[in-house]
Amino acid sequence: MAAATRGADGLTGILKDAAIYALGAFALCVPVVSFRTDAGATGGLELTPRWVLVAGLCAAIFLARLAQRLVLMRRDARRALRPSRSQATEAVSGTPNAGQRVSMLALWLFIGVALTLPVVAALASGSLGEGRYWIDLGILILTYVMLGWGLNIVVGLAGLLDLGYVAFYAVGAYSYALLSTTFGLSFWICLPLAGLFAALWGMLLGFPVLRLRGDYLAIVTLAFGEIIRLVLINWVDVTGGGAGISSIPRATFFGIPFTAGEDGFAARFGLTFDSMHRVVFLYYLILALALITNVVTLRLRRLPIGRAWEALREDEIACRSLGINTTTTKLTAFALGAAFGGFAGSFFAVRQGFISPESFNFLESAIILAIVVLGGMGSQVGVAIAAVAMVGGPEMLRNLGFLKSIFGQGFDPNEYRLLLFGLAMVAMMVWRPRGLISERTPSVALGERRAISGAHVSEGHG
Amino acid sequence: MSVAGINVLVEETRALAAGKAPAKTLLAVRGVSTYYGSVAALRDVDLDVTEGEIVTLIGANGAGKSTLMMTIFGAPQAREGTITYDGRDITRLPTHEIARLAIAQSPEGRRVFPRMSVHENLQMGAALHDRRYFAQDLERVCALFPRLKERLTQRAGTMSGGEQQMLAIARALMSRPRLLLLDEPSLGLAPLVVKGIFDAVRDLNRRDGMTIFLVEQNAYHALKLAHRGYVLVNGRITMSGTGRALLADPAIKAAYLEGGHGAPVEV
Ligand SMILES: Nc1ncnc2c1ncn2[C@@H]1O[C@H](COP(=O)(O)OP(=O)(O)OP(=O)(O)O)[C@@H](O)[C@H]1O
Ligand SMILES: [Mg+2]
Repeated sequence: MAAATRGADGLTGILKDAAIYALGAFALCVPVVSFRTDAGATGGLELTPRWVLVAGLCAAIFLARLAQRLVLMRRDARRALRPSRSQATEAVSGTPNAGQRVSMLALWLFIGVALTLPVVAALASGSLGEGRYWIDLGILILTYVMLGWGLNIVVGLAGLLDLGYVAFYAVGAYSYALLSTTFGLSFWICLPLAGLFAALWGMLLGFPVLRLRGDYLAIVTLAFGEIIRLVLINWVDVTGGGAGISSIPRATFFGIPFTAGEDGFAARFGLTFDSMHRVVFLYYLILALALITNVVTLRLRRLPIGRAWEALREDEIACRSLGINTTTTKLTAFALGAAFGGFAGSFFAVRQGFISPESFNFLESAIILAIVVLGGMGSQVGVAIAAVAMVGGPEMLRNLGFLKSIFGQGFDPNEYRLLLFGLAMVAMMVWRPRGLISERTPSVALGERRAISGAHVSEGHG
Repeated sequence: MSVAGINVLVEETRALAAGKAPAKTLLAVRGVSTYYGSVAALRDVDLDVTEGEIVTLIGANGAGKSTLMMTIFGAPQAREGTITYDGRDITRLPTHEIARLAIAQSPEGRRVFPRMSVHENLQMGAALHDRRYFAQDLERVCALFPRLKERLTQRAGTMSGGEQQMLAIARALMSRPRLLLLDEPSLGLAPLVVKGIFDAVRDLNRRDGMTIFLVEQNAYHALKLAHRGYVLVNGRITMSGTGRALLADPAIKAAYLEGGHGAPVEV
């Protein structure tokens, strides 16, 4: 009965509420949107009124708020009617819950799509060359997936907020670029070296920040990222300064170059030469690197060191009094996260063939961190989904040409990238403040877990 | 104070007379002072824990009980004095190395790992330990706290305060300590649960021979349980003696037993 009365006076209330939102939107629109300023012929400003747009925005906000309230009302009503069946004080079962199963499914789905993407792209668009756009986009997304997974070790697992992760990406990229252009070393030798150098830099950053946590740690890592970038710009003799390093050797198929000649990849394998072979190879290379990052992380999570990272994130003091050396635990987290950043960096260099400090600014760090946070700190699947959304999403904006018919010819969806980015962030923080996949899967293997609960649960209660 | 001191002497003489070898001192705190910045939290503290004993430390809020416990664990480190454990000077040892000497602690405020499951928390407790013993030790702590048995897969942060307290103690036990330090295990718990925890402590001591150093506000229960007790006032030890002697001491009665937090609760 209570629900019914609430529903009745609720409806007018909701309408009123939505109207207030629309009014608020109108008030905001008047100074911001309602006039477009153009430099007129005489040099003064010309104001073009855009009241239709304002009305459209207000109506959209009214409807959105209305829909939100109605959905919430129905959900509340449903909850009130149907009490939860299980009592909180009952024993907890060891079987994975729906959330965990969904995220396992999502991981396999992601891997499946990733593995078949070049083939699907080629089939869908007629030829490999036509599908290049999609494969390139795939490479870009996978690079961020890998960076996200790497940073996830530091931020998600060990709980150390790192705002300068791009520094290790840069170290990896410059390691490959310098080693290959100066000493002529091949990519396959440089790749582990790049990871090693990045790991060393990770430790170097780790030492001074051992005692720091939270905000202070964030500030120091932010500064570290900037220092690396500034060194790259100013140490012109070695790094080429702002001009960067160009003509970095291209990737080879384990020593076989992707060229049209006799020794080329195509000739050796009896294929007709296609410049897309290299792109497809790069795609599978970054996919393999990303998956290695994932597998290593998942395995480490079950080993003592991975546990120690998570315990460190939860409570450093308790960690220490359980005999865990927090110094080495932190340093390994920094070093390992950095190593994966370094791998990704050298991949970046070999793919681009050209690098400059431009590519390693703070915005990159911010994007990688946003991927980890949006993904739900510590969740591998969440990070992958967030990377697809954050990197792939803005690309999709290019294809939203139909919006021109609504907002006029001058409308370019690309200009609104950052706005949408911000909106997405705000929406996420409101509805899923712990990230897309906030459910943490216990690292104990299921079989083991079931065995234990089976052995104990049946015996006595409290 | 003198009364209590004499009491200890009397006990020791009695033990000697009975022909028992005096047990070995496991933990010896000598002249320890600890500072937070320039503020002294502990001043010239002397304290002994003999192997196989339950020793309790009582005192008002802010007396420095938790500080003493943490000083034994090396965080913060003592500025003056020495702490010896099993004949070894541990005053300057880092916390994690102290933890490896078979000393375990259930710290103030429980400090369980909230996002980890109960089972994982217990695994963290056994982190230093041979994995072979894990199943056996798990069995043992689950027998001690059957409540945990039902909740192995629950996230520790979602458990009730009392359950978390049990988990904190169980986690400390997973490393098979010789010396167990407990900081206010009864804080905020219902009388029945307190009794359960104190019974568990007694069991650990009597049955397994574990040495226990117990910090408590609940002076009545603690003194009744302990072989010996110390009283800490403003960072100094002002009294010590057998649990029974301290319980009977009029000064203690007035300060810690009548009314207030430490009032006897019969259950
Ligand atoms: N980290 C710290 N920094 C500065 N002062 C501290 C710190 N920790 C404790 N103190 C001070 O040291 C004194 C002793 O604190 P402690 O926590 O040891 O008291 P306690 O006897 O355990 O009290 P309670 O019964 O309330 O737990 C208090 O005055 C407290 O304010
Ligand atoms: Mg205390």
